[in-house]
Formats: sequence, C-alpha cells, structure tokens
Amino acid sequence: MQIMPNKMRDKTVSDRRKFILRMARGAGIAAMGGFVWSAYVDEVTASQLLLRPPGAIKEDDFLKTCIKCGLCVEACPYDTLLLAKPGDNKPLGTPYFIPRDIPCYMCPDIPCVPVCPTGALDESSVTTSGELDINVAEMGLAVIDDESCIAFWGIQCDACYRACPLLGEAITVEYERNERTGKHALMKPVVHANVCTGCGLCEKACVTEKAAIFVLPKEVAMGKVGNYYIKGWDKDDEKRLKNASEIKTTTEISKRSAIDSLNDVGDLY
Amino acid sequence: MRNLWDNYRYLFFRRFTQIGLLVLYFGANAWGWTILMGNLSSSLFLDVVPLSDPYAVLQMLFAGATIATDILIGVLIVTIFYLLIGGRVFCSWVCPVNIVTDAAALLRRELGIDAISKRQPASRDMRYWVLALSLIISAMMGVTAFEFISPISMLHRGIIFGLGFGWAAMLIIFLFDLFVLKNGWCGYVCPLGGFYSLVGKISLIRVQHTAENCTACMKCKTICPEHQVLHMIDKESLPVLSGECTNCARCIEVCDDDALSFSIRKLAKK
Repeated sequence: MQIMPNKMRDKTVSDRRKFILRMARGAGIAAMGGFVWSAYVDEVTASQLLLRPPGAIKEDDFLKTCIKCGLCVEACPYDTLLLAKPGDNKPLGTPYFIPRDIPCYMCPDIPCVPVCPTGALDESSVTTSGELDINVAEMGLAVIDDESCIAFWGIQCDACYRACPLLGEAITVEYERNERTGKHALMKPVVHANVCTGCGLCEKACVTEKAAIFVLPKEVAMGKVGNYYIKGWDKDDEKRLKNASEIKTTTEISKRSAIDSLNDVGDLY
Repeated sequence: MRNLWDNYRYLFFRRFTQIGLLVLYFGANAWGWTILMGNLSSSLFLDVVPLSDPYAVLQMLFAGATIATDILIGVLIVTIFYLLIGGRVFCSWVCPVNIVTDAAALLRRELGIDAISKRQPASRDMRYWVLALSLIISAMMGVTAFEFISPISMLHRGIIFGLGFGWAAMLIIFLFDLFVLKNGWCGYVCPLGGFYSLVGKISLIRVQHTAENCTACMKCKTICPEHQVLHMIDKESLPVLSGECTNCARCIEVCDDDALSFSIRKLAKK
C-alpha cells in the first residue's frame, strides 16, 4: 500500500475544495445577478400605459422584436415619436408618443412604418387593398371623462370633434335635452372605438386644464366579451361560433324525495 | 525620438471614427442627414444598406421574435465586417463607452492606482457568463434582456436621441473602472465585448510581435486593456490570436523598438 505524503494529500484536497468553492461562488453570483437582472427587466417592461407608433404589433411581441434603432423616430416629420430614455419609466429605448405634447398627425404615407427594419411596426396592419392607410391604425382609443368634459355640463364645446382627423366618424356629437335649464341641448361628444385610431389630436385640442378626452392603449381602455356571449342577430359576430366545440355537462339530480330533504335538516345544526 | 504623431496616430483615428460615427448618427436625427441613420443597434447606411447589431438579434432570437429579412442582411454585413477586421474592433474603434473607460484607465495610471492594486480579483471569463445569462433571461422573459440595461446603447442612443439619466450609467462605469476594477466594464463584464471576442477568434487582422526587436520594456503590457493577450511579449514572435484583443493598437504606438505591428493572419496553418 502506498501512503501519500502529507503535504501532497493536503494539496489535492485543497484544489478540489477550491474548485468546488469557485463553482459555488460562480453559481451564487450568476443566480443573484440573474435574479436582479430579470426582476429589473420585468419591472421596466410591465408598463402598459404608453402609446406606440402606428402599425405596432402586440406589446409582448413588440418588446422582443423592436431593436430600438430609432429609425421611426427619425422618420416622423412632426417629432411626435420619442425613444424612451433612462428616467422616463418606460421600456428603455422603445418608441412612444405623448399626444398632449405632440399627437400623431396621421401622415397618409406613414413614413415611420416602412423604415422599421424588424417588423415591430407592421406595414400590413396599416394597409388596405395594397395601399398604406393610416385610417386603420390602432394606436389607442380616446376615452372621455364626462365629469370634467365641459360639453357634459352644457357648455358648448366641440374642440375634440373639430380636431378629429376622421371628422364625424371617430367622434360624433349626440344631442340630449339639458334637464337643468329645460330649454337647451347638451352636445355630448361620443367616441366610436371601431373608427378611432388613437392619434390624440382630440387630446391635444381639449380645452380643459388636464385633457378630459385622452388616448389610452386599446388593451387598457377596452373590455373583452369573451366566448360566452354572441350577438345572435349579427352574422359577423355569429361566425365566432363556427369553430366552437360543444361541452356537455350533467348535473346529478338528487334521488331523495322532496319531503325528506325538507325534514332532514341534520346538516344545518 | 518618436514624435507625438507616431505615439498617438491610432488613438487619433479611433477617436475620429468613434466621434465621427456619433456625429453622423446625430446629424441624421437632428438635421435629416441620410449617410448613417438609426443607431448602433440597427442603422441604415446611405438610405439603402441595413446594418444590425448581431448580439441584439441573437437576443431577439432567444426571446422568440420573428427576424425580418432586412435585419438578417444587416447582421450578415456587420458580422462579415468584424470577422475580417477583428471582432473587438467594435469596442475600440466604434463603441462610445470606450472613451469613458479609456479615460478611467488613464486616470488610474496617472493617479498610481495601478501600482497600489496590481492583482485584479476577478476573472475575465465573467463576460462570457454574462453573455450566457443574457441569452437565458431573454429566452425566459421573452424580451431582449441586455438591450434593456445596456449602458452602451444608453449612451449612444442618449447622444442621438436625448440622454435622460443615461449620464448616471456612464458615471457608474467610470467610477467602477477607476476604483473597483481596472478595465472592469470592457475587460470583465460587458457581454457585447464577450460576443465580439468570440467573433474575433477567427478574424484576419492581427497584431504581430517580433521578439527579436523586443527590449522587454513592458510598456505595451502596461497600456494594454486586455494585457493577457500579450503573453508572448519578449518570448516568441507570434501574432496576438486571442479574440479578446481589441486591435486598439495602443501597444504598437507605445513600442519604441518596432516589436509590434499590424499583420494579416495566415489562413493556412503551419
């Protein structure tokens, strides 16, 4: 039997220990760094309250596809688009706009979209029958706070209605009897979600101190009916039933007689 | 006696390309120039040629994004370019953070901090681990992980489109490099540098050492931000083959004995 000299044995043990310790240290640093890193990324990408340029794909896909090059920002002739800076509390480097400062003026040639190299701004989503069409853009949806909208007070104001590039389509004015005076009409602006592009010209035009009409991302501003309710009188909506599958549920019926179930109240006490 | 030009010519050219590129990008946003639009993540050269950051696109792939053709062409052009002239040429000739970290390294030398702490308590392989981690996080979270924290893009994007709090990131890197770790950001942490180190493993333009001329003054090793790549100094006449060399050419400039020069790598192995 060979006996290892003391010194050498110490050395092999310490090398292996060093190796294990180094691995553990590396794993520890990686775990800590990875945790902080992913927590931070999760936090900064969670912001939903920002408006993207026209043609932007779904936010989840947008965040992974946008390469943050700023070509859309450079293409915008009105300086509407901004790239999120550190401190803006928005996903860093991605394009957005603030309509109250500078709204989207809905250029017919949409210069910001075709320059996008990644397809994060999707040309096909702002195209109808082979031609660019800004009117089908879905940047957001204007919503009205009827408490602070002075038209709802009975004061005549149609600033948003007049500012709307889709005049008379995206915003209409509905007349309603003014019960307070008894002899005037309220001229209430109403936004139509299927037409509104979210350009924000109404928000820019609004006369109140803080805009009473403002654009929100569609996912934030709108609800969703889901599959349980279908307009049976609407052929288009009924198409949603086409691929529906039937789920049969059976409820077990109690075999006990009704009298028994009334008298047998043991469970209650 | 070598003059100022000999000692700083490459440094001058590097600052010229670094700042020149920023000026071109800045002009595109501010005055509508069309020479170089966009930024270092992706740009359009002369309104036609797409150029894209291959590392950003790699993260997009891991995040599960669909990659457009323009981007693929851009990545191909950039990758082939750096394969030819040296991967980390990006770091020392293009990246604006390099100016910040070089300033920190200069101050470190001037203040004698290098002399006080000679050993750096970290591994230069860290950048490859950060690189791997960035891809794992990209895949798990479905976003381009490094692009959301990258101080490099913060700075160049900041100079072109508005800096915000980006200056704070630069200050942090400067102080980190100055007091914590010599060449800390570029030489240890930055995954983009790590990525280009891997690209640079097979690239063509190399620094060549001629051992016969060497007087072992070690000026090159003192100035080099990645001094481990100069292991052959005064020992063997070899090209610097490590991808971690940034081709910054500072070693060539400081050498008084013509022992270092640029050369083209021999493709056929002996």
